[in-house]
Amino acid sequence: MRPARKPSPAARTGRVLLPLLGAVPFGGILGGVFFANRVTPYVLGMPFLLFWVVLWVVLSSAVMAAVYRLDPDNREPGEAEEVGP
Amino acid sequence: MTALLVIAAFLLVAVALGLRARRGRDMNLQEWSVGGRGFGTVFVFLLLAGEIYTTFTFLGASGWAYGKGGPAFYILAYASLAYVISYWLLPVVWRFANEHRLVSQSDFFARKFDSPALGALVALVGVVAMVPYLVLQLTGMGLIVSAASYGHLSPHAAVVIGTVALTGYVTVSGIHGSAWTAVLKDVLILGVVVFLGLYLPLHYSGGIGRMFHSVDAARPGFLTLPHQGLSPWWFASTVLLSALGFYLWPHTFSATYSARNPGVFRRNAVFLPLYQLVLLFVFFAGFAALVAVPGLKGADGDLSLLKVTVKSFDPWFVGVVGGAGLLTALVPGSLLLMASATCLAKNVYQLARPAATERTVGRLAKALVPVLAAVALLFTFNGGSAIVNLLLMGYALVTQLFPALLFSLTARRAVTKQGAAAGIVAGVATVAATTLARTTVADLLPFLPQPVKDLNVGIVALLVNTVALLVVSAATRPSAVAAPVPVTGEAG
Repeated sequence: MRPARKPSPAARTGRVLLPLLGAVPFGGILGGVFFANRVTPYVLGMPFLLFWVVLWVVLSSAVMAAVYRLDPDNREPGEAEEVGP
Repeated sequence: MTALLVIAAFLLVAVALGLRARRGRDMNLQEWSVGGRGFGTVFVFLLLAGEIYTTFTFLGASGWAYGKGGPAFYILAYASLAYVISYWLLPVVWRFANEHRLVSQSDFFARKFDSPALGALVALVGVVAMVPYLVLQLTGMGLIVSAASYGHLSPHAAVVIGTVALTGYVTVSGIHGSAWTAVLKDVLILGVVVFLGLYLPLHYSGGIGRMFHSVDAARPGFLTLPHQGLSPWWFASTVLLSALGFYLWPHTFSATYSARNPGVFRRNAVFLPLYQLVLLFVFFAGFAALVAVPGLKGADGDLSLLKVTVKSFDPWFVGVVGGAGLLTALVPGSLLLMASATCLAKNVYQLARPAATERTVGRLAKALVPVLAAVALLFTFNGGSAIVNLLLMGYALVTQLFPALLFSLTARRAVTKQGAAAGIVAGVATVAATTLARTTVADLLPFLPQPVKDLNVGIVALLVNTVALLVVSAATRPSAVAAPVPVTGEAG
């Protein structure tokens, strides 16, 4: 457990907002497949269904990058060190 | 012969890395199984990413692209969603594990629900789910080595050699060896897969776009999901099931303990989705194989990547591809063996003999490695399933731990240990009954509308599981005062 800290209003909003942001890729992949299940148009040489999945993989990464930037938990010092096994 | 020599060289390097990794360390249970909890972002990244680039990816993904077409794209979709979940899930799991010095997944459940018996149940479910996964790695290893020997070595002989190497490797080095071999493996597999995925379509069809056009012309509808069977409903339910189950594999779950802090997971959640785009090139190679070496049926589709490689390249390069494939079996195989052995020794044996010291448990865990490997070997010889089917069965089993995990983190008070156990048993029984009897939702409930029939059976089992969990929890809940104070996880 981390030491008790009074969460700021921003942090509290983040606790609700960030998971909602995280739900977006779920909508894109699980819901989107019903509309994207087609061959045409080809995008970047790929059939549309494959392109759609690739698109959402990239967008998942983008969404998580946004979440990471917005999450106040990631502004704590002392978490950026690397040691090999 | 050249190809086999190249593969043997890769195997030697991997074993040498494993031996070297243990130097200067006292290999107690903590070091052997969770690396003393000292791995940073890069090594945890590689261990977890190693989970994606297994033999399954290498042979199974290309095999399904070859044999099934569009439905294979699910393999690319589920891991990204799993990483999204991991951002919130893993830090909470890690903190609890770190605080209580846990070494296995079943430890987690045992501690959360204050019930060593539940821990033993989770250990058994995990080990049972891991058998098909391990069989998958061994099958793949056999196919690779045998194909690279141009038929001189039978798949059976190849599997036996591979299993012996794997067992020795795990017993000696533990997770440190896996982490270092993961580095070698990922560099190699990345290079090989990207090269094959670009070269093969170019060579056989004149480009990726042209390849897809000719596949579509030859087999209309092959590049999309069919209306029945592996339909969009199947796709969505399978992606969801696999995303939920992703971190519930005992070896993946406990590999996360090796992180040095929870920030490791949050950073990885950003980069891991991009990393798995490499799968795209595996699909390209699989579709190119459809053009170059058509006619492989059923489980033989798993051979498509190897067949097209042997057809297109010199023996030394076949050896490099085979070596890469061998490493993709070695890393996950070693993690699987280690996690199963640790679960059995710590959570099943120690339940029977509570007085056993950590030293004894550690020794027993290592002794169990060859036993488990032998069991998997036995199943490998008797199986005949396509690689993806083995994986889907394992996922359906292991995901049954999800409801208990979720409640233990969010609403621990709502669930009793009996409820958690009942849910897990009901879910696993549903999966086992349908898998063993080879029935689908459609066979059991023929009156339901088609979309429901296409659902992955694991999702149905998950519903049964959750209902059982809630009902039994309600029935066995002690009076509110007597309830133990739960340790609530904090998100993020």
